[in-house]
Amino acid sequence: MPQESRLALYRSMLKIRRVEERIQALYPEGDMRCPTHFSIGQEAVAAGVCKNLRLEDHVISAHRSHAHYIGKGGNLRAMFAELYGKVDGCASGKGGSMHLIDLSVNFLGCVPIVGSTIPIGVGAAFGAMLQDHAAITVIFFGDAATETGVFHESVNFAAVHRLPVLFVCENNLYSVNTPLDVRQPGNRTIAELARGHGIETSQHDGQLVETVDAAVVDALAHIRNEGGPALLEFITYRWLEHCGPLGDLHLGYRTQAEFDSWATRCPLRLYRKVLEDNRLIDDAAHAAMDAKVAEEIDDAVAFARASPFPERSELSRHMFA
Amino acid sequence: MINRQLKFAEAIHEAIDICLDGDRSTYLMGLGVPDPIGVFGTTKGLQEKHGKKRVFDMPVAENAMTGVALGSCLVGMRPIMTHMRLEFAMTAMDQICNQAAKWHYMFGGQSKVPLTIRMLIGRGWGQGPQHSQSLHAWFAHIPGLKVVMPSTPYDAKGLLIASIEDDNPVVFFEHRWLHNIHGPVPEGHYTVPLGEPRIVTEGGDVTIVAASYATLEAIKAGRELEREGIKAEIIDLRTLVPRNDAAILASVRKTGRLVVVDQGTLTGGFAGEIVARVTEEAFGALKAAPIRVALPDIPTPTTRALSNYYYPTPRHIIAAVHRTLGLTSRDGGDDPWAGIEPGDKTLDVPDKSFTGPF
Repeated sequence: MPQESRLALYRSMLKIRRVEERIQALYPEGDMRCPTHFSIGQEAVAAGVCKNLRLEDHVISAHRSHAHYIGKGGNLRAMFAELYGKVDGCASGKGGSMHLIDLSVNFLGCVPIVGSTIPIGVGAAFGAMLQDHAAITVIFFGDAATETGVFHESVNFAAVHRLPVLFVCENNLYSVNTPLDVRQPGNRTIAELARGHGIETSQHDGQLVETVDAAVVDALAHIRNEGGPALLEFITYRWLEHCGPLGDLHLGYRTQAEFDSWATRCPLRLYRKVLEDNRLIDDAAHAAMDAKVAEEIDDAVAFARASPFPERSELSRHMFA
Repeated sequence: MINRQLKFAEAIHEAIDICLDGDRSTYLMGLGVPDPIGVFGTTKGLQEKHGKKRVFDMPVAENAMTGVALGSCLVGMRPIMTHMRLEFAMTAMDQICNQAAKWHYMFGGQSKVPLTIRMLIGRGWGQGPQHSQSLHAWFAHIPGLKVVMPSTPYDAKGLLIASIEDDNPVVFFEHRWLHNIHGPVPEGHYTVPLGEPRIVTEGGDVTIVAASYATLEAIKAGRELEREGIKAEIIDLRTLVPRNDAAILASVRKTGRLVVVDQGTLTGGFAGEIVARVTEEAFGALKAAPIRVALPDIPTPTTRALSNYYYPTPRHIIAAVHRTLGLTSRDGGDDPWAGIEPGDKTLDVPDKSFTGPF
């Protein structure tokens, strides 16, 4: 992989991490009043997938969507303003963290009803196909979404019509506080389950960003060349509580030992080591990259805080198109 | 004067055909849409004319397919979905109510969802508990959905074209017993604006509000009442959302009496909404308590023996009008319709003596 691509992959993960750390720091002030789901620990998937997308490709996501929005190039000012409920937010303050959108980069939206965006993403691909557009649609969802009926209905339809869809399952092993083994049988993977629909699927380590990248390159080539959808399952791990900026090991649904083993597999730390070993980055270069990201975040937060709240007239605006 | 007569189902067919002709982004899908029967004739031959890419069948997956329709709207399409029974769409309530209804608002007006969902309401011949519900009140309760329920072939065509051309999700109700009635329908493109009720007959004694098939029952009652010298002003709602209540309020201010006929069940139903609105806005004009004539809070029974006692008839509407006029009083007890017999016509087949025009 070219040097600049490798640095870009790392920069994308770093930006996602730093944005979420900033939200984590500011959230307790109580001015971002919306349920907020953090992706810290899972950055490699968003970065590895989005690096390979073109501007015209569509992305749609679910409740844990910050990483996907940032990875696709969503406007950071509008994202922070949305979290603050301001009129300059990407959804005018009417959506919040769970309803990010940036149509200028074809990030179509996200919603927190598990499984719900999967058919909508398939529909975007279907609509593009009807109009002979070449766009691919990427649908991000978690492991629990594969338990919904609508997931299977959607994959089936995508398979029937050989739609240009990349299904990306971030399997972080938990649905809220419920482990995978009480929700799905242990004798098959999600990738194997989805293969039953007659589409290309594979499972990968979601902590290694170049592994993600390579899997996505292959899947997109299949979609573009062979036609028809593909599904990628990435095994990853969420560090923070299901919803909110805090840790949750005190709840006891997962062990310290499990958490520690995943923390050593931090996608940023693993990849920084690779870059350092290849002499692509050193401490000074990393600090410079970090400072630039921080500057962008500072600007976005300042913009969001200065933005006004929506006025009363906004309440009934946008009821109907 | 329009000379051309069409059946309601033919008017629906013509509306879809015109919309497919007029806008390349429009497409039609639904279970059985291209099959030889063609959803009771309403979609027959459309695939042959417009092609398999624009008129097609779908997997039995109503929830996902509603999401697919929504998703296609986000990239510029204008889909029409068809459900042969309303109940099939109930598996898609997440996509209809959580997603389609809210998409425009919750993303600050950036995307639009010009999706029309046809839902057919069955009745008779043992349709029973899961093939005959008129759940228009549910959809009217969800902000962001438009709810349309025509009663005539003219309105069916004009309102369906208006629904398809509307940039918002529209739930379009077709009562199966309306499909075979006929009436005047102009050729070509025209629309009936969403939100304007139709005054069916003018009268000064009592206001009767209805929609969809219930309008026909109200018209039958009105003809009987006229023979008694009672002049009813019958108002066909046409659309539940949006809705301009000015005509209803003006009528009640004139008559002082209100009967609302609803083909849905009583509790939490749309008749209650009309009564509430009139009571809030024109309480002083009311000379008697408004009355709702609706289905009892009971699942639809399959046997014709019980459906004879299930569906309100013009006799129920007439009894309600008599009550508002003080000509009779309610006997008391749990059954407001005690003593009303269905007569010699069985209520599980359409009344063949009454097929229009209206």
